[in-house]
Amino acid sequence: MSIKHQVETETAPLKITDETLQVTNLHFAYPDGHTALQNVSFTLKQGEKVALVGPNGAGKSTLMLHLNGILAGHGEVSVAGLPINEKNLPRIRASVGLVFQNPDDQLFSPTVFEDVAFGPLHMGLSETEVRQRVESALEAVVMTDYRDRLSHHLSVGEKKRIAIATVLSMSPQLLVLDEPSAGLDPRARRKLIHLLRDLPLTMLVSTHDLALVKELFPRTIIMDGGSIVADGPSDDILEDVTLLEAHGLEKPY
Amino acid sequence: MHANLFDRFIEKESIIHRLDPRVKVITLVGFILSNALLPDGAWLAFIVGWIFLLFANDLSKLGLSYTFRRSIIALPFALAAVSAIFSPMGNPLATWHFGMFTLTPTDLGVLRFTSILIRSWLSVQMGILLVATTPFPDLIHALEHLHFPKSLSTIIAFLYRYLFVLTDETFRLLRARDARSAGLEGTKAGGALFWRMRVAGNMAGQLFVRSYDRSDRIYSAMLSRGYTGNIRTLNPHTMKQSDWAISSTIAVFLIVTQMIGWIR
Repeated sequence: MSIKHQVETETAPLKITDETLQVTNLHFAYPDGHTALQNVSFTLKQGEKVALVGPNGAGKSTLMLHLNGILAGHGEVSVAGLPINEKNLPRIRASVGLVFQNPDDQLFSPTVFEDVAFGPLHMGLSETEVRQRVESALEAVVMTDYRDRLSHHLSVGEKKRIAIATVLSMSPQLLVLDEPSAGLDPRARRKLIHLLRDLPLTMLVSTHDLALVKELFPRTIIMDGGSIVADGPSDDILEDVTLLEAHGLEKPY
Repeated sequence: MHANLFDRFIEKESIIHRLDPRVKVITLVGFILSNALLPDGAWLAFIVGWIFLLFANDLSKLGLSYTFRRSIIALPFALAAVSAIFSPMGNPLATWHFGMFTLTPTDLGVLRFTSILIRSWLSVQMGILLVATTPFPDLIHALEHLHFPKSLSTIIAFLYRYLFVLTDETFRLLRARDARSAGLEGTKAGGALFWRMRVAGNMAGQLFVRSYDRSDRIYSAMLSRGYTGNIRTLNPHTMKQSDWAISSTIAVFLIVTQMIGWIR
């Protein structure tokens, strides 16, 4: 799929802002004409952990692919005051850590070390710096012993943690996770929850796991049919049974 | 699930395992070249090569017959050389008639065929030894160190990573088909041949489409982490003094083998 990025002729001056992510009036249609995003606007403040929920096909994954410029629709997306355009792309990709749903897509190198080192190496860092970052990223997900393991020998839970390490090693300002708890057994899910709770990063996490939302995320955004239908404190949204059921969701126990 | 299906690396603590992967790759290429360059019927040199192979086998602690057992799988490929038996040069040994065709094996042809068989058999075994004593990622590093074209080594690395994913996918598809391949009492299960062929064709198509979609997602994952068209890797290997010593020994040995083969 080839989608051209709009090249802006002049770069906007860098705004000093505490908004880590700002999305304004984002529209996107796939090449086959199917509209995936309509008039999506929201902001994430620094350090905020936000859940993105909604039925399958609501546009959650499509939205996530816009946050580091893999897809480019109409509208504006800026990360830490930096608008996404062709020129800023390398910096944007270093500051937005996007973790895909299927860890077999995320982990494409033969060994764990090489996968975690991929981001830092492509940022042009020195060898010692790269090694240091790999070490601390693996430490953050408690997987230091897995450095030399082969990716295809890992369990799904291990793969998910390594997948998160592959973006932590880039020291992102914003962590974007697509359904991190899907397919995990209760123990692996619990480990993941602790990991996400302890990471001091701004986070946008798409999930169907509303119990996880209740536990981890103070704020929830509901998407349906390509637009945001609710955005507010999780405590209120998760209690609103009519709202949840209208969008194919269930109130967690 | 089937992760170990193709992995031929066998973890052991041995000189061969510890050897720098570059040395091993160059040794393999040198050994194959040396075998290919030996003249037909250089029996003594072939035996020397075989002893070298056995020696390497022994050092690797995999057992003297390890590579021999595994090499049998490559035997059918040697049949490609069968036509050499009927080389028109040399003296005819016999004449066989098959209807309107006549085949004449010659002494020179048989000599050539046997030599090709031995050469390929020795070379295949050395390849098997390399793969058994070197973790695959190290092999890719070795190729990169040796300035093998980057795009090719990258393709090999991806192939290695996704071969396992693809096999798993195939097994899941086969299992899903088997789970629904039911039969009623008294009727022949399995359907018509043409229908079964169509099912198999659809499955192959499914695999292709899934792989294609996956490659799209992998590419997105690479872009997300700053990929711009050049794969960068860190290669942790450094040549030790013992690596240099062993490489020179092997080089001398290969030259001696050539001399044995050509000087009579």
